[in-house]
Amino acid sequence: MTTDLLDRSAGTDALVPRPFVVRRRIRETSDTTTLLLEPVDRTGLEFEPGQFTMIGRPGFGEVPISISGDSARPGMLEHTVRAVGDASAAIARTRRGDTLLVRGPYGRGWDVEAAAGHDVLVVAGGIGLAPLRPVVLDVLARRDLFRRAFLVVGSRTPDQLLYPRQMEQWRGRFDVDVDVTVDAADAGWRGHVGVVTDRLPRLDLDPLSTFAFLCGPEVMMRVTADALCALGVPAAQVRVSMERNMKCGVGMCGHCQLRELFVCLDGPVFGYDVVQRLMTEPEL
Amino acid sequence: MKQLDELLADHPLFADLGDDMRRVLAGCGRNEHFGAGNYLFRTGDPAARCYVVRHGRVALELVDAGGRPVVVDTVDPGGIAGLSWLVPPYRWYLDARALESTSAIALDASCLRAKCDADPAIGYLLMQRIAREMYGRMQSARLRMLDIYGAPVDH
Repeated sequence: MTTDLLDRSAGTDALVPRPFVVRRRIRETSDTTTLLLEPVDRTGLEFEPGQFTMIGRPGFGEVPISISGDSARPGMLEHTVRAVGDASAAIARTRRGDTLLVRGPYGRGWDVEAAAGHDVLVVAGGIGLAPLRPVVLDVLARRDLFRRAFLVVGSRTPDQLLYPRQMEQWRGRFDVDVDVTVDAADAGWRGHVGVVTDRLPRLDLDPLSTFAFLCGPEVMMRVTADALCALGVPAAQVRVSMERNMKCGVGMCGHCQLRELFVCLDGPVFGYDVVQRLMTEPEL
Repeated sequence: MKQLDELLADHPLFADLGDDMRRVLAGCGRNEHFGAGNYLFRTGDPAARCYVVRHGRVALELVDAGGRPVVVDTVDPGGIAGLSWLVPPYRWYLDARALESTSAIALDASCLRAKCDADPAIGYLLMQRIAREMYGRMQSARLRMLDIYGAPVDH
């Protein structure tokens, strides 16, 4: 088991952090910030959409954060950080010019290539849009490779929506259908109020030709994946990104173990056919 | 110009009903149009009609503890705005406001209920469809009760 894990892991170099300088910070919402990080050694960080890094701020600790930037621009690493604990809050508080330590990238990504020739459906809830943003950017950059493209975004309230300017740009395109729904809104909101699954019937999906990428709270992913499977989308064509307590990032420490799976190594992105059973087990 | 029963056939809730049943239901209906900002109904008013939304978008609003209107649901084409016409005391418990230019088939509630009483087969088929709508709304409300996206973190 141990040998196997070492073979599958990225090797010891992958455990060595590299310094990155904060070049820009964008306040997305009251508790979420996007950081643009440049490697001190100017060597870009190549990554696949869906992969994550371990980001550390000395004195505060290290947390796993999905990469939210454009995989075609590896010279500037983007992370969207929600301040939920001491370490993530300390990272989100960094200022331009501060240095953070970054390990990775780690894990298996969305495998966007597999969706070539298919309709692409991206369903994001809350901060879940961050790991899916590289998918959207990739699909839009290579738009001819895919058939129809849909983006459904769920949020608690309109002011909690991430990347509002970019969302407006995407809405302005004719080659992607962008739909936003919120849990509740004040009277000024003109959009939809409800859950993301409410928006699926209007998409008129071609189930066998649909590849779906889902990220958000686990219950949201589960009900959305079940709704898609009920429509006839094969479970193997529904991808979900699991969040567990990743520590080492290379499948050695076992903190993120999910039965026989290591989320940091075998995931964080899984086919729903692989994790469907695990997502309904209590306290797993 | 399409007749009401033909318009009902275009609506997903009624599409798989037989022509005869749709004609019976259409006998209770009329077309209504609401400009953006106009109310379909207000809290406390008699729930006298079932609004089958054909075009536009309707906001269902409740007033929060601070007296501010909050949109708790929206109804798009293919949905039904308000269900209080089905259950005594037949009074609306929320406001329905057109967010954009909206068209609906307004089915007279007394007429509908009388036809369901007179022909239980129609009543059963109609209630199946309404139950589907209610079940969807209940699931949506329960999921949102979990506040799955989480309240913003204070700093």
